[in-house]
Amino acid sequence: MKPSDISLGVLPATSPALSAVPATPAVPSASAIPAASALPAAPDILLRGHDITRRWGGLVALDGVSLALERGTVHAVIGTNGAGKSTLINILSGEIPPSSGRVELLGQDVTGCTQPKRARLGLGRSYQRNTIYPTFTVFENCRLAAQAATQQPWQWWRSAQHCEASMSAARQAASRAGLNELLDRPAGLLSHGQKRQLEIAMCLATAPQVLLLDEPLAGMGAEETERMLALLAELKTGHAILLVEHDMDAVFRIAECITVMVNGTVIASDTPDGIRNSPQVRAAYLGDH
Amino acid sequence: MTHSKTIFTALVFAALALYPVFTGSYGVDLVTKIMIYAIFALSLELLVGATGLICFGQAAFFGIGAYAAVLLSPEGSAPSLLWLLPACVLASAAYALAVGALSLRTKGAYFIMVTLAFAQMAYYMVHDTPLGGGTDGIYLTMKPVLGSLLDLDKSTTLYGFTLLMLAGVFGFLALLGRSTFGRALAGIRVNEQRMRATGFSTYPYKLAAFTISGGIAGLAGFLFAVKDGFVNPEMMSWHLSGAVLIMIILGGLGHLRGALLGAFAFALLQEFFKSEAVFGDFAKHWHLGLGLSIIASVVFLPRGLVGLPGQLKVRLMGRNSLPEVRREAV
Repeated sequence: MKPSDISLGVLPATSPALSAVPATPAVPSASAIPAASALPAAPDILLRGHDITRRWGGLVALDGVSLALERGTVHAVIGTNGAGKSTLINILSGEIPPSSGRVELLGQDVTGCTQPKRARLGLGRSYQRNTIYPTFTVFENCRLAAQAATQQPWQWWRSAQHCEASMSAARQAASRAGLNELLDRPAGLLSHGQKRQLEIAMCLATAPQVLLLDEPLAGMGAEETERMLALLAELKTGHAILLVEHDMDAVFRIAECITVMVNGTVIASDTPDGIRNSPQVRAAYLGDH
Repeated sequence: MTHSKTIFTALVFAALALYPVFTGSYGVDLVTKIMIYAIFALSLELLVGATGLICFGQAAFFGIGAYAAVLLSPEGSAPSLLWLLPACVLASAAYALAVGALSLRTKGAYFIMVTLAFAQMAYYMVHDTPLGGGTDGIYLTMKPVLGSLLDLDKSTTLYGFTLLMLAGVFGFLALLGRSTFGRALAGIRVNEQRMRATGFSTYPYKLAAFTISGGIAGLAGFLFAVKDGFVNPEMMSWHLSGAVLIMIILGGLGHLRGALLGAFAFALLQEFFKSEAVFGDFAKHWHLGLGLSIIASVVFLPRGLVGLPGQLKVRLMGRNSLPEVRREAV
């Protein structure tokens, strides 16, 4: 057993004190689950990280972190720089393997699955720094993302412009993210805020069930932030969203559940009100906010 | 492709088709060689320009296609094109599949070095063993035929056949480039991490591109062996891998036309600097002239010959034309 387990204990996912599972989730009634993804035990939990630990040599970046993302909610992860938020996203999305622990996507153990496999199962992510295809048009950025669902690489004689599935998925995603006016613009020429919107659109184009968003509001102006928050609120229905964000006002406004991380461990996980009033969090992170 | 590009390509192929009418055997032979280089350059363009994989061992696949043509030919009778050509392409593609499977696990400079290492292995395989006749190489005594329809021993027939192959490869790669497969390769070139995050397993895509590229290089090698009736280890040397890389850079990366233009520009520059009629005794130092002109072209044509019209436009009409990124957008 790892030494880290002593401090936190190997918690069952339902442990009330430190586990990141929200106690009383406010699930909108609209979150009807398609039969295919219905799970017998906990039908609403789309992504679950279980006791995830990641070591870089002697440095423990993540120490027994557990959390669960529920359909129809925004679950925010906050913490200082170096708290392990990005590492957590990278492990959940499959970009790096955990040293120990388990990741479950739609009830299926995907710890051993590659990132592309997880993405095809319904896990979408956006990056902290823009990782779009700058030389492609906005539309092609979305279309290529959507193509992941219908790859058919053996149809080499058929133009990608005739790939109806990806064309229509791209149009929908772009319009949902408010990029309708900009479809023919090369993505590299977009403003910073529009690039962040495009990140979301590309995420949506793959029709994911779970969205892992790494600082979608970073570097945005007030107006752009409002637009993004409205988009996130709209996306909440039908998706489970993990939001890593530094903008506390935004986080407390939009999240149903907030997990606070310090030095690779979860120190609290609760509703925004619960977090606001938690003495531990005040001491560790919020100061006298 | 936009209209002007299609028209340009059509004109090039039309000119190539008409060329033998106006020239003698020297011209036919030279342009056949250049067209073979163009096929070879197109194979590398698929890797470097389309997928962003800088392969520095392309000559191995070229050489294997050439050696296969000689080694598989039966003694004393003309082999049939019908099986010999596919066999040579398959031999190269098979080696590319094996090399790709291993080398694609590395990235960047390591990939360049690993592909070079595999090419050197193939080089010494024929250089130091009796299999390929050692440094002397081996002769292809009977040129392949297609029944009584085609006899590639005739230089004009070979010219026509090479042109047909070039057009076929060009058309194939053009279709491939706009297909979902080609778009995925472009995505891998621009941002592989994002492709993986979106759900593309990029490794099989890259391996497929690598194998196809090897097969096309093998086709070029086959044609070269048939043209010269002779193969030697120099066909697998890293000089040739470097030369074909220079061709596509000279022509303009990311464009099929670039590979075509680059092959012509490179070969014609080489002929020019080798010409004793122009340079007299200095012609034996042709490497110097070729090297300097390549350096000059990289400095003055950063986007290759393909970018020349755009550059002239900017020069003539000022910088009001579109920003860099816009012109590349697809």
